[in-house]
Amino acid sequence: MSQPKLQEKSREFPAVEISGMNRALAADIRKRSGTQFQRCFQCQTCANGCPFVQAMDYPPNVIMRMLQYGMEQEVLRCSTIWICVGCHTCSSQCPMGIDIAAVMDSLRLKAVEAGAPIAKPNILDFHEEVLRSLERYGRAHKLSIMWRYKMQTGRWFSDLDVGLKMLARRKLELRPSRVKNIGEITELFKCYWRESK
Amino acid sequence: MSRRPYLNFSYFPGCSMATTATEANESIKKAAKVLGFNLMELEDWNCCGSSSAQTMCKNLSLGMAARNLSLAPPGWPLVAMCPRCLHYLRSAQECLRASPEAHHALEDHWGRPIPLDLEIVHFMEVLVRHGTDRLKKNLKRSLQGVKFVPYYGCTLFRPPRMQKEKYFQGEMENLLKMLGAEPAPDAYAYRCCGSFLSATDPEVVTPLVNEIIDSAVAARANCIVTACAMCQLNLEIRCTSKVRLPVFHFSEVLALALGAEDYEEWWPRHIVDPRPLLEELKLVA
Repeated sequence: MSQPKLQEKSREFPAVEISGMNRALAADIRKRSGTQFQRCFQCQTCANGCPFVQAMDYPPNVIMRMLQYGMEQEVLRCSTIWICVGCHTCSSQCPMGIDIAAVMDSLRLKAVEAGAPIAKPNILDFHEEVLRSLERYGRAHKLSIMWRYKMQTGRWFSDLDVGLKMLARRKLELRPSRVKNIGEITELFKCYWRESK
Repeated sequence: MSRRPYLNFSYFPGCSMATTATEANESIKKAAKVLGFNLMELEDWNCCGSSSAQTMCKNLSLGMAARNLSLAPPGWPLVAMCPRCLHYLRSAQECLRASPEAHHALEDHWGRPIPLDLEIVHFMEVLVRHGTDRLKKNLKRSLQGVKFVPYYGCTLFRPPRMQKEKYFQGEMENLLKMLGAEPAPDAYAYRCCGSFLSATDPEVVTPLVNEIIDSAVAARANCIVTACAMCQLNLEIRCTSKVRLPVFHFSEVLALALGAEDYEEWWPRHIVDPRPLLEELKLVA
């Protein structure tokens, strides 16, 4: 192949067009997360470091790429955003300084707001049970969270041994620890509550 | 360093320390008392909001954490032990600093000031800043023979927001070395414990926890010391490895070295019984 001529440096390259590109989503997530995910150049450091990548349908770098392409359905419906616990391994290792965990955070919220199908409904159920406990007591009461979570998911016998062990070691308090001025807490919940259930 | 005999702090225990990990709460109070730190529990504190509020609603997450800030007495640094609580409390303060409207709205709503200069610190930082002399002076049981993995977990210094604040890498080793223990740092000390996936998807968490425990065994540690009560729980309940190690709360080991006598209440709350190790090292009778 012949060498490209140096003086041709200023020539124009054809634009890459991605059909159906949703710029609004990318702009929205950039604003919410406060991080510049368009810098991602697919080095995959995030995917290599993520402890949970095996359980995800797409590795974090693919989420970044899909966001850049505006693939709204895929990013809002994937399991990756729910599996992510926000341990920030990716954010701390990204050579481009992208706070990838903040992007996941924003995508989760967006998915709930947009009413997208949730790839890991059990995780959403769990978060909702935690919030129910916070609304009622102002503090997390693990026993009632797990009880209600089991009712939601019907997985009664999974993990029974661990639950019993925790009860035996008095690690699951029977009575919740409560906030006295609970009115101040319930007021906070007015800003958001999922309508169903 | 202040020469006053007692240093005053307000103390935010958080849900885990107040319930599933009362042994951590008891031991931190005990250690603080010996060291001359007056930890005054924040009156009527509530949950910091945790990952769940953060996931479901930003305003709720801010409100939950900010209410705690509005309850803190002025002038006393607010101390937390749970890294996640610390993270959410600090994040809320940072958010209120950036948004005067939200700040005034919440102050008006509760009729209480929310001081933006309130210092929010981790207990370990209190020790590093004020405690090193006090630690040496009050050492009652040398931790000789304790070979520990300093398990910080993921939150104490990794989130970009936390990196603007004090950095804790290496401090647990420094503090416990002063008390005679020997660190075994060549293990997964910062790997995430699985957090809430331990409740929702335990099959994802078990292999990860096993890797953490196995790495500690390979590093020839005889125990793991955690900075986070949730990590402590996950490392205990999700481990299925054949060789298991006792997992201590940082405050338990600290209080033990400082001469605490009510430890009999703590050990039965562990899934991996630490008593054989402690008896072998002649740390408990």
